[in-house]
Amino acid sequence: MSERVLMKGNEALAEAAVRAGCRYFFGYPITPQNEIPEYMSRRLPEVGGVYLQAESEVAAINMIFGGAGTGERVMTSSSSPGISLMSEGISYIAGAELPCVLMNIVRGGPGLGSILPAQSDYFQATRGGGHGDYRLLVLAPSTLQEGVDLTMLAFDLAEKYKNPVMILGDGFMGQMMEAVEFRTPEPMDLPDKRDWAVGYMERRGTRALVKSLYLDPEELERHNMKLQAKYREMEKNEVRYESYRTDDAEIVLAAYGTTARIARSAINELRREGLRVGMIRPISVYPFPYAPFENLPGSVKNVLVVEMSCGQMIDDVRIGVGRTVPVHFCGRVGGIAPSVDEIEARIREITGK
Amino acid sequence: MAEFFRSLLAAGFGGQGVLTLGQLVAYTAMYEGRHVTWIPSYGPEMRGGTANCSVMVSDEEIASPVVSRADYVVIMNQPSLAKFEPTVKPGGILLYNEDLVSYRNPRTDITVVAVPANALAMELGSEKVANVVVLGALVEAGDIVGADACLATIKDKLGKKKAQMMEMNITAFEKGREIVRKGISR
Repeated sequence: MSERVLMKGNEALAEAAVRAGCRYFFGYPITPQNEIPEYMSRRLPEVGGVYLQAESEVAAINMIFGGAGTGERVMTSSSSPGISLMSEGISYIAGAELPCVLMNIVRGGPGLGSILPAQSDYFQATRGGGHGDYRLLVLAPSTLQEGVDLTMLAFDLAEKYKNPVMILGDGFMGQMMEAVEFRTPEPMDLPDKRDWAVGYMERRGTRALVKSLYLDPEELERHNMKLQAKYREMEKNEVRYESYRTDDAEIVLAAYGTTARIARSAINELRREGLRVGMIRPISVYPFPYAPFENLPGSVKNVLVVEMSCGQMIDDVRIGVGRTVPVHFCGRVGGIAPSVDEIEARIREITGK
Repeated sequence: MAEFFRSLLAAGFGGQGVLTLGQLVAYTAMYEGRHVTWIPSYGPEMRGGTANCSVMVSDEEIASPVVSRADYVVIMNQPSLAKFEPTVKPGGILLYNEDLVSYRNPRTDITVVAVPANALAMELGSEKVANVVVLGALVEAGDIVGADACLATIKDKLGKKKAQMMEMNITAFEKGREIVRKGISR
Protein backbone atom coordinates (compact mmCIF):
# COMPACT_ATOMS: atom_id res chain seq x y z
CA MET A 1 0.00 0.00 0.00
CA SER A 2 1.42 3.36 -0.96
CA GLU A 3 -1.58 5.51 -0.19
CA ARG A 4 -1.13 8.58 2.00
CA VAL A 5 -3.33 8.49 5.08
CA LEU A 6 -3.86 11.21 7.65
CA MET A 7 -3.15 9.68 11.05
CA LYS A 8 -2.46 10.68 14.59
CA GLY A 9 1.22 10.14 15.42
CA ASN A 10 0.64 7.52 18.09
CA GLU A 11 -1.62 5.51 15.79
CA ALA A 12 0.79 5.80 12.88
CA LEU A 13 3.63 4.46 15.04
CA ALA A 14 1.42 1.60 16.24
CA GLU A 15 0.35 0.69 12.70
CA ALA A 16 3.98 0.79 11.55
CA ALA A 17 4.84 -1.68 14.32
CA VAL A 18 2.07 -4.05 13.22
CA ARG A 19 3.27 -3.84 9.61
CA ALA A 20 6.79 -4.60 10.80
CA GLY A 21 5.51 -7.84 12.25
CA CYS A 22 4.91 -6.85 15.87
CA ARG A 23 2.36 -9.30 17.25
CA TYR A 24 2.64 -8.82 21.01
CA PHE A 25 2.13 -5.61 22.94
CA PHE A 26 2.34 -5.32 26.71
CA GLY A 27 1.88 -1.95 28.32
CA TYR A 28 0.30 0.30 30.88
CA PRO A 29 -1.55 3.55 30.07
CA ILE A 30 0.01 6.98 30.39
CA THR A 31 -0.59 10.28 28.57
CA PRO A 32 0.50 11.34 25.92
CA GLN A 33 0.95 7.91 24.34
CA ASN A 34 -2.40 6.26 25.16
CA GLU A 35 -3.45 6.01 21.52
CA ILE A 36 -0.65 3.47 20.97
CA PRO A 37 -2.04 0.80 23.35
CA GLU A 38 -5.58 1.77 22.39
CA TYR A 39 -4.79 1.16 18.73
CA MET A 40 -2.91 -2.05 19.49
CA SER A 41 -5.80 -3.40 21.58
CA ARG A 42 -8.00 -3.14 18.50
CA ARG A 43 -5.49 -3.99 15.80
CA LEU A 44 -3.42 -6.89 17.18
CA PRO A 45 -6.33 -9.36 17.51
CA GLU A 46 -7.07 -8.70 13.81
CA VAL A 47 -3.65 -10.05 12.83
CA GLY A 48 -3.59 -12.95 15.27
CA GLY A 49 -1.56 -11.08 17.86
CA VAL A 50 -2.03 -10.38 21.54
CA TYR A 51 -2.57 -7.09 23.32
CA LEU A 52 -2.29 -7.21 27.07
CA GLN A 53 -2.63 -4.37 29.53
CA ALA A 54 -0.39 -5.18 32.45
CA GLU A 55 -1.05 -4.20 36.05
CA SER A 56 1.92 -1.84 36.02
CA GLU A 57 4.88 -0.73 33.93
CA VAL A 58 7.11 -3.08 35.91
CA ALA A 59 4.89 -6.02 34.96
CA ALA A 60 4.66 -4.85 31.34
CA ILE A 61 8.41 -4.71 30.79
CA ASN A 62 8.85 -8.15 32.34
CA MET A 63 6.20 -9.50 29.95
CA ILE A 64 8.27 -7.94 27.16
CA PHE A 65 11.33 -9.72 28.62
CA GLY A 66 9.52 -13.05 28.43
CA GLY A 67 8.05 -12.39 24.99
CA ALA A 68 11.38 -11.25 23.59
CA GLY A 69 12.96 -14.48 24.82
CA THR A 70 10.81 -16.39 22.33
CA GLY A 71 12.18 -14.33 19.44
CA GLU A 72 8.75 -12.98 18.52
CA ARG A 73 8.37 -9.29 17.68
CA VAL A 74 7.28 -7.58 20.90
CA MET A 75 6.83 -3.96 21.80
CA THR A 76 5.84 -1.67 24.62
CA SER A 77 5.27 2.05 24.74
CA SER A 78 5.13 4.52 27.56
CA SER A 79 5.97 8.07 28.50
CA SER A 80 8.70 9.40 30.75
CA PRO A 81 7.67 8.32 34.29
CA GLY A 82 6.55 4.98 32.87
CA ILE A 83 9.91 4.43 31.18
CA SER A 84 11.60 5.15 34.52
CA LEU A 85 9.53 2.38 36.09
CA MET A 86 10.51 0.03 33.25
CA SER A 87 14.21 0.81 33.46
CA GLU A 88 15.17 -2.15 35.61
CA GLY A 89 13.58 -4.53 33.13
CA ILE A 90 15.16 -2.74 30.18
CA SER A 91 18.58 -3.31 31.73
CA TYR A 92 17.75 -7.03 32.15
CA ILE A 93 16.64 -7.29 28.52
CA ALA A 94 19.80 -5.53 27.30
CA GLY A 95 21.88 -7.78 29.57
CA ALA A 96 20.16 -10.90 28.27
CA GLU A 97 20.62 -9.66 24.69
CA LEU A 98 17.03 -9.83 23.54
CA PRO A 99 15.35 -7.85 20.78
CA CYS A 100 12.37 -5.61 21.47
CA VAL A 101 11.08 -2.18 20.57
CA LEU A 102 10.35 0.46 23.18
CA MET A 103 8.59 3.75 22.49
CA ASN A 104 8.97 6.76 24.73
CA ILE A 105 6.57 9.59 23.87
CA VAL A 106 8.34 12.01 26.15
CA ARG A 107 6.49 14.37 28.50
CA GLY A 108 7.71 17.03 30.90
CA GLY A 109 9.61 16.02 34.03
CA PRO A 110 11.15 15.45 36.49
CA GLY A 111 8.82 13.33 38.61
CA LEU A 112 5.26 13.28 37.34
CA GLY A 113 6.05 16.60 35.64
CA SER A 114 3.27 17.24 33.16
CA ILE A 115 1.57 15.55 30.24
CA LEU A 116 2.89 18.06 27.70
CA PRO A 117 5.73 17.51 25.20
CA ALA A 118 9.39 17.50 26.25
CA GLN A 119 12.80 16.14 25.29
CA SER A 120 14.14 15.87 28.80
CA ASP A 121 14.63 12.08 28.68
CA TYR A 122 17.64 12.31 26.36
CA PHE A 123 20.10 11.39 29.10
CA GLN A 124 17.89 8.50 30.19
CA ALA A 125 17.51 7.22 26.63
CA THR A 126 21.15 7.53 25.59
CA ARG A 127 22.98 6.96 28.89
CA GLY A 128 20.82 4.41 30.61
CA GLY A 129 18.19 4.85 33.26
CA GLY A 130 18.68 1.26 34.14
CA HIS A 131 21.90 0.04 35.72
CA GLY A 132 24.98 -1.46 34.19
CA ASP A 133 27.09 -0.91 31.07
CA TYR A 134 24.33 -1.25 28.50
CA ARG A 135 23.15 0.78 25.55
CA LEU A 136 19.84 1.07 23.76
CA LEU A 137 19.84 1.83 20.08
CA VAL A 138 17.82 5.06 20.07
CA LEU A 139 16.10 6.53 17.02
CA ALA A 140 14.55 10.01 17.16
CA PRO A 141 12.14 10.71 14.28
CA SER A 142 11.24 14.26 13.36
CA THR A 143 8.15 13.81 11.19
CA LEU A 144 5.42 11.19 11.39
CA GLN A 145 6.60 9.66 8.12
CA GLU A 146 10.06 9.28 9.57
CA GLY A 147 8.47 7.85 12.72
CA VAL A 148 6.73 5.20 10.62
CA ASP A 149 9.89 4.36 8.66
CA LEU A 150 12.11 4.22 11.75
CA THR A 151 9.62 2.07 13.66
CA MET A 152 9.74 -0.52 10.87
CA LEU A 153 13.53 -0.31 10.88
CA ALA A 154 13.63 -0.59 14.68
CA PHE A 155 12.26 -4.14 14.67
CA ASP A 156 14.90 -5.25 12.17
CA LEU A 157 17.72 -3.53 14.07
CA ALA A 158 16.53 -5.05 17.35
CA GLU A 159 16.84 -8.53 15.81
CA LYS A 160 20.07 -7.74 14.03
CA TYR A 161 21.79 -6.73 17.28
CA LYS A 162 19.62 -8.68 19.72
CA ASN A 163 19.21 -5.45 21.61
CA PRO A 164 16.31 -3.21 22.68
CA VAL A 165 15.69 -0.34 20.27
CA MET A 166 13.94 2.79 21.48
CA ILE A 167 11.85 5.18 19.41
CA LEU A 168 12.28 8.52 21.15
CA GLY A 169 9.33 10.75 20.35
CA ASP A 170 7.65 13.61 22.14
CA GLY A 171 4.11 14.60 23.05
CA PHE A 172 3.71 16.73 19.91
CA MET A 173 4.58 13.78 17.72
CA GLY A 174 2.20 11.48 19.55
CA GLN A 175 -0.76 13.86 19.36
CA MET A 176 -0.32 15.53 15.99
CA MET A 177 -1.80 14.33 12.71
CA GLU A 178 0.10 14.22 9.45
CA ALA A 179 -0.17 12.22 6.24
CA VAL A 180 1.90 9.04 6.21
CA GLU A 181 2.60 6.22 3.82
CA PHE A 182 3.37 2.67 4.96
CA ARG A 183 6.19 1.61 2.69
CA THR A 184 7.50 -1.90 2.99
CA PRO A 185 11.21 -1.66 3.81
CA GLU A 186 13.94 -3.60 2.03
CA PRO A 187 14.25 -6.97 3.77
CA MET A 188 17.26 -7.09 6.07
CA ASP A 189 19.53 -10.11 6.37
CA LEU A 190 18.80 -11.15 9.95
CA PRO A 191 20.22 -13.89 12.17
CA ASP A 192 18.00 -16.94 12.57
CA LYS A 193 16.16 -16.54 15.86
CA ARG A 194 15.93 -20.33 16.19
CA ASP A 195 19.62 -20.31 17.04
CA TRP A 196 19.01 -18.54 20.32
CA ALA A 197 15.31 -18.16 21.18
CA VAL A 198 13.45 -20.42 23.58
CA GLY A 199 11.19 -22.99 21.98
CA TYR A 200 13.56 -24.43 19.39
CA MET A 201 15.45 -26.97 21.51
CA GLU A 202 14.69 -29.97 19.29
CA ARG A 203 16.11 -28.26 16.25
CA ARG A 204 19.07 -26.87 18.12
CA GLY A 205 19.76 -29.74 20.46
CA THR A 206 20.50 -27.37 23.32
CA ARG A 207 18.39 -25.40 25.75
CA ALA A 208 18.06 -21.64 25.38
CA LEU A 209 19.15 -19.94 28.53
CA VAL A 210 17.82 -16.40 28.87
CA LYS A 211 19.64 -14.62 31.69
CA SER A 212 21.64 -11.63 32.69
CA LEU A 213 23.20 -13.13 35.84
CA TYR A 214 26.89 -14.07 35.69
CA LEU A 215 28.32 -14.71 39.15
CA ASP A 216 31.77 -15.62 37.88
CA PRO A 217 33.64 -12.31 37.51
CA GLU A 218 35.68 -13.48 34.52
CA GLU A 219 32.55 -14.62 32.80
CA LEU A 220 30.70 -11.37 33.51
CA GLU A 221 33.63 -9.37 32.22
CA ARG A 222 33.66 -11.45 29.02
CA HIS A 223 29.92 -10.92 28.69
CA ASN A 224 30.41 -7.17 29.06
CA MET A 225 33.18 -7.16 26.46
CA LYS A 226 30.87 -8.96 24.08
CA LEU A 227 28.18 -6.34 24.66
CA GLN A 228 30.71 -3.55 24.17
CA ALA A 229 31.87 -5.07 20.89
CA LYS A 230 28.23 -5.06 19.78
CA TYR A 231 27.84 -1.40 20.72
CA ARG A 232 30.99 -0.55 18.72
CA GLU A 233 29.37 -2.32 15.74
CA MET A 234 26.25 -0.17 16.19
CA GLU A 235 28.44 2.93 16.32
CA LYS A 236 30.07 1.84 13.07
CA ASN A 237 26.88 0.89 11.19
CA GLU A 238 23.88 2.67 12.61
CA VAL A 239 24.72 6.38 12.82
CA ARG A 240 21.99 8.35 11.13
CA TYR A 241 21.64 12.11 10.70
CA GLU A 242 20.60 14.79 8.27
CA SER A 243 22.68 17.82 7.27
CA TYR A 244 20.49 20.73 6.24
CA ARG A 245 21.98 23.72 4.43
CA THR A 246 25.29 23.40 6.30
CA ASP A 247 27.68 23.77 3.33
CA ASP A 248 28.28 27.52 3.58
CA ALA A 249 26.77 27.98 7.04
CA GLU A 250 28.14 30.49 9.50
CA ILE A 251 26.06 29.06 12.33
CA VAL A 252 24.92 25.44 12.60
CA LEU A 253 21.95 24.42 14.71
CA ALA A 254 21.72 21.01 16.33
CA ALA A 255 18.22 19.75 17.04
CA TYR A 256 16.25 16.50 16.88
CA GLY A 257 12.60 15.44 16.83
CA THR A 258 9.86 18.06 16.72
CA THR A 259 12.32 20.75 17.77
CA ALA A 260 14.28 20.14 14.56
CA ARG A 261 11.16 20.97 12.55
CA ILE A 262 10.75 24.26 14.38
CA ALA A 263 14.47 24.99 13.89
CA ARG A 264 14.10 24.25 10.18
CA SER A 265 11.40 26.93 9.88
CA ALA A 266 13.71 29.43 11.59
CA ILE A 267 16.53 28.47 9.20
CA ASN A 268 14.31 28.90 6.15
CA GLU A 269 13.16 32.34 7.36
CA LEU A 270 16.68 33.56 8.01
CA ARG A 271 18.06 32.10 4.78
CA ARG A 272 15.52 34.26 2.92
CA GLU A 273 17.21 37.25 4.53
CA GLY A 274 20.60 35.95 3.47
CA LEU A 275 21.80 34.68 6.85
CA ARG A 276 23.88 31.57 6.42
CA VAL A 277 22.23 29.15 8.84
CA GLY A 278 22.20 25.35 8.69
CA MET A 279 21.40 22.37 10.86
CA ILE A 280 22.72 18.95 11.76
CA ARG A 281 19.78 16.80 12.83
CA PRO A 282 20.69 13.59 14.65
CA ILE A 283 18.28 10.79 13.71
CA SER A 284 20.06 8.15 15.80
CA VAL A 285 20.88 9.71 19.17
CA TYR A 286 22.64 6.53 20.25
CA PRO A 287 24.84 5.99 18.34
CA PHE A 288 25.29 9.77 18.17
CA PRO A 289 26.54 11.33 14.92
CA TYR A 290 29.74 12.84 16.31
CA ALA A 291 31.52 12.94 12.93
CA PRO A 292 29.54 15.79 11.30
CA PHE A 293 30.22 17.90 14.40
CA GLU A 294 33.91 16.96 14.37
CA ASN A 295 34.10 17.93 10.70
CA LEU A 296 32.09 21.15 10.56
CA PRO A 297 32.61 23.23 7.42
CA GLY A 298 35.30 25.90 7.89
CA SER A 299 32.66 28.60 7.48
CA VAL A 300 31.03 27.66 10.81
CA LYS A 301 31.75 30.11 13.62
CA ASN A 302 29.07 29.05 16.12
CA VAL A 303 26.91 26.07 16.99
CA LEU A 304 23.48 26.45 18.60
CA VAL A 305 21.78 23.49 20.24
CA VAL A 306 17.97 23.72 20.44
CA GLU A 307 16.07 21.36 22.73
CA MET A 308 12.88 21.00 24.74
CA SER A 309 15.04 20.45 27.81
CA CYS A 310 17.48 22.36 29.98
CA GLY A 311 20.33 21.09 27.83
CA GLN A 312 20.99 17.35 27.45
CA MET A 313 21.96 16.62 23.85
CA ILE A 314 24.27 19.61 24.11
CA ASP A 315 26.72 17.31 25.96
CA ASP A 316 27.04 15.08 22.89
CA VAL A 317 27.32 18.08 20.58
CA ARG A 318 30.15 19.42 22.76
CA ILE A 319 31.94 16.06 22.57
CA GLY A 320 31.74 16.29 18.78
CA VAL A 321 32.57 19.97 18.35
CA GLY A 322 35.28 20.04 21.00
CA ARG A 323 36.83 23.45 21.51
CA THR A 324 36.89 24.52 17.88
CA VAL A 325 33.86 26.85 18.00
CA PRO A 326 31.54 28.01 20.81
CA VAL A 327 28.47 25.86 21.49
CA HIS A 328 25.39 27.84 22.57
CA PHE A 329 22.01 26.70 23.85
CA CYS A 330 18.35 27.60 23.33
CA GLY A 331 15.80 25.57 25.25
CA ARG A 332 12.32 25.66 26.71
CA VAL A 333 10.81 23.22 29.20
CA GLY A 334 7.58 22.50 31.03
CA GLY A 335 5.72 21.43 27.91
CA ILE A 336 6.74 24.48 25.89
CA ALA A 337 8.67 24.23 22.63
CA PRO A 338 11.09 26.96 21.58
CA SER A 339 9.25 29.08 19.00
CA VAL A 340 10.53 29.98 15.54
CA ASP A 341 10.79 33.59 16.76
CA GLU A 342 12.82 32.62 19.83
CA ILE A 343 15.23 30.55 17.78
CA GLU A 344 15.62 33.36 15.24
CA ALA A 345 16.24 35.88 17.99
CA ARG A 346 18.89 33.65 19.56
CA ILE A 347 20.63 33.21 16.19
CA ARG A 348 20.63 36.99 15.64
CA GLU A 349 21.98 37.54 19.13
CA ILE A 350 24.85 35.08 18.55
CA THR A 351 25.74 36.19 15.02
CA GLY A 352 25.11 39.88 15.68
CA LYS A 353 23.00 40.10 12.50
CA MET B 1 4.84 29.08 -8.65
CA ALA B 2 3.11 30.99 -5.89
CA GLU B 3 4.06 29.26 -2.67
CA PHE B 4 0.92 28.10 -0.90
CA PHE B 5 1.22 28.22 2.86
CA ARG B 6 -1.73 28.71 5.19
CA SER B 7 -2.16 28.31 8.92
CA LEU B 8 -5.29 27.95 11.00
CA LEU B 9 -5.89 28.10 14.71
CA ALA B 10 -9.30 27.07 16.03
CA ALA B 11 -10.22 27.51 19.69
CA GLY B 12 -13.24 27.06 21.92
CA PHE B 13 -14.66 25.06 24.83
CA GLY B 14 -14.02 21.34 24.82
CA GLY B 15 -17.09 19.87 23.10
CA GLN B 16 -17.69 22.72 20.65
CA GLY B 17 -16.05 20.73 17.91
CA VAL B 18 -13.01 22.89 17.22
CA LEU B 19 -10.73 19.85 16.99
CA THR B 20 -13.12 18.28 14.48
CA LEU B 21 -13.27 21.53 12.52
CA GLY B 22 -9.47 21.50 12.25
CA GLN B 23 -9.43 17.82 11.27
CA LEU B 24 -11.97 18.42 8.51
CA VAL B 25 -9.70 21.13 7.12
CA ALA B 26 -6.70 18.80 7.44
CA TYR B 27 -8.40 15.88 5.67
CA THR B 28 -9.60 18.18 2.89
CA ALA B 29 -6.14 19.66 2.37
CA MET B 30 -4.66 16.16 2.16
CA TYR B 31 -7.30 15.09 -0.40
CA GLU B 32 -6.34 18.21 -2.36
CA GLY B 33 -2.81 16.85 -2.51
CA ARG B 34 -1.20 19.24 -0.05
CA HIS B 35 1.02 18.68 2.94
CA VAL B 36 -0.76 19.14 6.23
CA THR B 37 -0.19 18.98 9.97
CA TRP B 38 -2.80 19.10 12.74
CA ILE B 39 -1.91 19.53 16.40
CA PRO B 40 -4.43 19.57 19.24
CA SER B 41 -3.93 21.16 22.60
CA TYR B 42 -4.10 18.23 24.94
CA GLY B 43 -3.26 19.81 28.26
CA PRO B 44 -5.37 19.67 31.41
CA GLU B 45 -7.09 22.87 30.21
CA MET B 46 -9.30 20.70 27.99
CA ARG B 47 -11.48 19.76 30.91
CA GLY B 48 -13.96 22.60 31.24
CA GLY B 49 -11.60 25.13 29.76
CA THR B 50 -10.50 25.83 26.22
CA ALA B 51 -9.43 23.36 23.57
CA ASN B 52 -7.64 24.38 20.44
CA CYS B 53 -5.90 22.98 17.41
CA SER B 54 -3.40 24.24 14.88
CA VAL B 55 -3.47 23.28 11.22
CA MET B 56 -0.77 23.97 8.64
CA VAL B 57 -1.42 23.51 4.93
CA SER B 58 1.32 23.85 2.33
CA ASP B 59 2.53 22.77 -1.09
CA GLU B 60 5.87 22.02 0.47
CA GLU B 61 6.81 19.72 3.29
CA ILE B 62 5.92 21.43 6.55
CA ALA B 63 8.79 22.28 8.84
CA SER B 64 7.41 23.60 12.14
CA PRO B 65 3.93 22.23 12.84
CA VAL B 66 3.51 24.72 15.69
CA VAL B 67 1.37 27.72 14.81
CA SER B 68 2.35 30.90 16.62
CA ARG B 69 0.87 33.33 14.04
CA ALA B 70 -2.08 32.21 11.95
CA ASP B 71 -3.67 33.34 8.68
CA TYR B 72 -7.06 32.21 9.98
CA VAL B 73 -8.24 32.11 13.57
CA VAL B 74 -11.58 30.64 14.61
CA ILE B 75 -12.85 31.75 18.03
CA MET B 76 -15.77 29.82 19.48
CA ASN B 77 -15.80 31.15 23.08
CA GLN B 78 -14.89 34.27 25.04
CA PRO B 79 -11.69 33.08 26.78
CA SER B 80 -10.24 32.06 23.40
CA LEU B 81 -10.68 35.57 22.04
CA ALA B 82 -8.39 37.12 24.63
CA LYS B 83 -5.87 34.33 24.21
CA PHE B 84 -5.73 34.09 20.42
CA GLU B 85 -6.77 37.48 18.99
CA PRO B 86 -3.09 38.58 18.90
CA THR B 87 -2.07 35.49 16.91
CA VAL B 88 -3.91 36.59 13.73
CA LYS B 89 -1.35 37.73 11.16
CA PRO B 90 -1.88 41.26 9.86
CA GLY B 91 -4.12 40.87 6.80
CA GLY B 92 -5.47 37.61 8.20
CA ILE B 93 -9.03 36.65 9.07
CA LEU B 94 -10.60 36.21 12.50
CA LEU B 95 -13.94 34.41 12.55
CA TYR B 96 -15.86 34.37 15.81
CA ASN B 97 -19.00 32.86 17.17
CA GLU B 98 -21.02 35.99 17.89
CA ASP B 99 -23.56 34.10 19.98
CA LEU B 100 -21.00 33.38 22.68
CA VAL B 101 -18.31 35.96 22.05
CA SER B 102 -18.46 39.71 22.40
CA TYR B 103 -15.67 41.35 20.43
CA ARG B 104 -15.36 45.05 21.16
CA ASN B 105 -12.78 47.23 19.46
CA PRO B 106 -11.83 44.73 16.79
CA ARG B 107 -8.39 44.92 15.22
CA THR B 108 -8.39 47.05 12.07
CA ASP B 109 -5.44 45.32 10.39
CA ILE B 110 -7.37 42.08 9.91
CA THR B 111 -10.72 40.99 8.49
CA VAL B 112 -13.21 40.16 11.21
CA VAL B 113 -16.14 37.87 10.46
CA ALA B 114 -18.95 37.45 13.01
CA VAL B 115 -20.86 34.19 12.62
CA PRO B 116 -24.12 33.52 14.50
CA ALA B 117 -22.98 29.94 14.78
CA ASN B 118 -25.08 28.73 17.70
CA ALA B 119 -28.26 30.49 16.54
CA LEU B 120 -27.99 29.05 13.05
CA ALA B 121 -27.16 25.61 14.38
CA MET B 122 -30.17 25.70 16.71
CA GLU B 123 -32.40 26.66 13.77
CA LEU B 124 -31.15 23.59 11.98
CA GLY B 125 -31.95 21.42 14.96
CA SER B 126 -28.76 20.96 16.97
CA GLU B 127 -26.08 23.14 18.54
CA LYS B 128 -23.68 20.36 17.65
CA VAL B 129 -23.33 21.66 14.09
CA ALA B 130 -22.19 25.16 15.15
CA ASN B 131 -18.62 24.16 14.27
CA VAL B 132 -19.66 23.20 10.74
CA VAL B 133 -21.42 26.56 10.30
CA VAL B 134 -18.13 28.28 11.15
CA LEU B 135 -16.24 25.89 8.90
CA GLY B 136 -18.47 26.97 6.02
CA ALA B 137 -17.74 30.61 6.80
CA LEU B 138 -14.00 29.91 7.04
CA VAL B 139 -13.87 28.12 3.71
CA GLU B 140 -15.86 30.89 2.00
CA ALA B 141 -13.85 33.74 3.56
CA GLY B 142 -10.42 32.29 2.80
CA ASP B 143 -8.65 29.80 0.58
CA ILE B 144 -7.17 27.28 3.01
CA VAL B 145 -9.22 24.53 1.30
CA GLY B 146 -11.77 24.42 -1.52
CA ALA B 147 -15.48 24.45 -0.63
CA ASP B 148 -16.47 21.46 -2.78
CA ALA B 149 -13.62 19.36 -1.48
CA CYS B 150 -14.51 20.34 2.08
CA LEU B 151 -18.14 19.35 1.54
CA ALA B 152 -16.96 15.99 0.24
CA THR B 153 -14.89 15.55 3.41
CA ILE B 154 -17.89 16.38 5.59
CA LYS B 155 -19.94 13.74 3.79
CA ASP B 156 -17.13 11.24 4.13
CA LYS B 157 -16.18 11.89 7.75
CA LEU B 158 -19.38 12.99 9.47
CA GLY B 159 -22.01 10.95 7.71
CA LYS B 160 -21.02 7.39 8.46
CA LYS B 161 -22.18 6.80 12.00
CA LYS B 162 -25.05 9.27 12.23
CA ALA B 163 -26.85 9.44 8.92
CA GLN B 164 -29.52 11.74 10.33
CA MET B 165 -26.84 14.34 11.05
CA MET B 166 -25.64 14.35 7.46
CA GLU B 167 -28.31 16.68 6.06
CA MET B 168 -27.91 18.98 9.03
CA ASN B 169 -24.16 19.19 8.53
CA ILE B 170 -24.45 19.88 4.82
CA THR B 171 -27.02 22.63 5.44
CA ALA B 172 -24.89 24.05 8.28
CA PHE B 173 -21.88 24.23 5.97
CA GLU B 174 -23.88 26.01 3.28
CA LYS B 175 -25.39 28.44 5.83
CA GLY B 176 -21.91 29.34 7.01
CA ARG B 177 -20.78 30.04 3.45
CA GLU B 178 -23.91 32.12 2.87
CA ILE B 179 -23.15 34.34 5.87
CA VAL B 180 -19.86 35.35 4.29
CA ARG B 181 -21.17 35.56 0.71
CA LYS B 182 -24.00 37.87 1.66
CA GLY B 183 -21.70 39.97 3.77
CA ILE B 184 -24.12 39.80 6.68
CA SER B 185 -21.14 39.92 8.94
CA ARG B 186 -19.12 43.03 9.62
